[in-house]
Amino acid sequence: MTSMASSGAKAQTLAQKLIAHASGRAAVAVGEIVTCGVDLAMFHDSSGPRRLKPMLEELGAQIWDRSRVVLVMDHYVPERDDDSRRIVRIAREWARDQQLPHVYDSQGICHVVVPQHGHIRPGMLCVGGDSHSPTGGAFGAYMFGVGSTEMLGVVVTGEIWLRVPETIQMWWDGALPRGVTAKDMMLHMIGRFGMNGGRYQAVEFAGPAVQALSMQERMTLSNMSAELGAQTGLIAPDTTTAAFLAEAGAPPVDMAPWFTDEGAELTRHRFDASTLEPYVAAPHSPANAHGVSRYAGTPVDVAYIGACTGAKLDDLRAAAQVLRGHKVASGIRLIVAPASIQDQEQARDEGVLQVLLDAGAELFPTACGACSGYGDPMGDDVTVISTTARNFKGRMGSPSAQVYLGSPYTVAAAALRGFVTDPREVLA
Amino acid sequence: MNAALTHRVWRLGADVDTDLLAPGHAMKHGIDVIATHCLEAVRPEFAREVRRGDVLVAGPNFGIGSSREQAAAALVHLGVAAVIAPSYSGLYFRNAFNVGLLLLTCAEAESLHDGEHIAFDADAPAVTAPDGRHLACEPIPRFLLDMVRAGGLVHQLRQRAGKEPLDA
Repeated sequence: MTSMASSGAKAQTLAQKLIAHASGRAAVAVGEIVTCGVDLAMFHDSSGPRRLKPMLEELGAQIWDRSRVVLVMDHYVPERDDDSRRIVRIAREWARDQQLPHVYDSQGICHVVVPQHGHIRPGMLCVGGDSHSPTGGAFGAYMFGVGSTEMLGVVVTGEIWLRVPETIQMWWDGALPRGVTAKDMMLHMIGRFGMNGGRYQAVEFAGPAVQALSMQERMTLSNMSAELGAQTGLIAPDTTTAAFLAEAGAPPVDMAPWFTDEGAELTRHRFDASTLEPYVAAPHSPANAHGVSRYAGTPVDVAYIGACTGAKLDDLRAAAQVLRGHKVASGIRLIVAPASIQDQEQARDEGVLQVLLDAGAELFPTACGACSGYGDPMGDDVTVISTTARNFKGRMGSPSAQVYLGSPYTVAAAALRGFVTDPREVLA
Repeated sequence: MNAALTHRVWRLGADVDTDLLAPGHAMKHGIDVIATHCLEAVRPEFAREVRRGDVLVAGPNFGIGSSREQAAAALVHLGVAAVIAPSYSGLYFRNAFNVGLLLLTCAEAESLHDGEHIAFDADAPAVTAPDGRHLACEPIPRFLLDMVRAGGLVHQLRQRAGKEPLDA
């Protein structure tokens, strides 16, 4: 930072540094519209080939750089009907025709699978054809979601425009108590600021309680930046990031430049992790979030542990801590759909998966499934408590389904008792 | 501005999300089918009764949720001329212009009522209420206005490649 001061350069946020790098400038100012080179374009079977292929053919255009494209089949797998078979077939045939080097078919959900293969690294600018693409921000990459038409523009030109965002820094002091997670931090923030509180700016998560989080817990924060209405959700990379990337087989990367300078212009909100309680969002908005005590005793029919938000290895471990040696309450369905094959197999090796199965869990495919209402949606009038990110009316199936959101601890505790429960009451 | 009040208002509340505009159960289909389910959970008659040139007027945070651009394309398919709201999801905002849907960001949008007729001017940009009040809207960057006038990014790219005539 002294070198920054002596050179006379203005202090910059992490978001500004990443965008300056991607747009080939020394510095960028908040509010400027700039064109950035794209380091990675990720899309899935729903947003990708079935939409991109016809548009590319219509334009007679080609992919700008196959090595920078990653395709993941996660929304319509496993195929359940003729329509999903058609959509997935288009993706597989297009991947073959285009000779795409990075394709992950039925390996899990894109936001988890792609980082687990080392594709998202500090300093990159990435776009994803899915709204939870800010997940990549957990690695110190500027990553955000776009629709299929905008993705077409990226795939043809390798570039994308953006307006340099303000930074809203969420600074978390203290340490999370046992049974309280990144998911609770997010529901707390979304409840406080609302679903568009991020105003499509860059949110940055920082402070000792964030630094103490595992990489997967950090991914949960960045993932739900989407529900805060932020464009991206950044976390400055550190040794935790480096260790995860090394295990994922990523090439070494210089992490030193990727932090927010002291004195950079930003809005900071401060929180104390040590006083945070488990949070639950009631139907039909993630912003309808309050401490679990407000909803304690609400009967549930289904407990769902799934999605990129809430079924990573760390989430499965959390649920197992609650359920070890117990059975779910009579009449309650506990559904577990791990976020990736890698996480599922690691959970199996650790005995975590067996704990969940012994408790009565039904194991569902490692795919987006009921979270997006694409797989086995929830029926009429059913009450669900879920580790997923969204509980919009009709999101998980029937418009009359009532969906509550909570952490894996909270969802497992509800499965155990049959009603919404503070997980700290049942953690041994 | 003395435009005729030709655009009928469909008035919606705050936080209209992408799952209401393009329900998950319909997403495996093409835009023609998705459009028939648009807003079915809150305005079941909408897809059936909406006419070309109608406008949606909503509260804050229109389009929150998914990146599925069908949530904007369905409105284009149904002939909706513009959405008028105090604020949008940033992702929806980008998608809308990319698929040729005009969004007007208007702080006073909620003063308009269901069923009344209004005018709007995308260049000003402004809305004219039935009582003649002019409601100012936030400026739209020129390149986005050009894109939406071309019918979206794909049409614009085709025009630039000489594969499609420029509209008058």
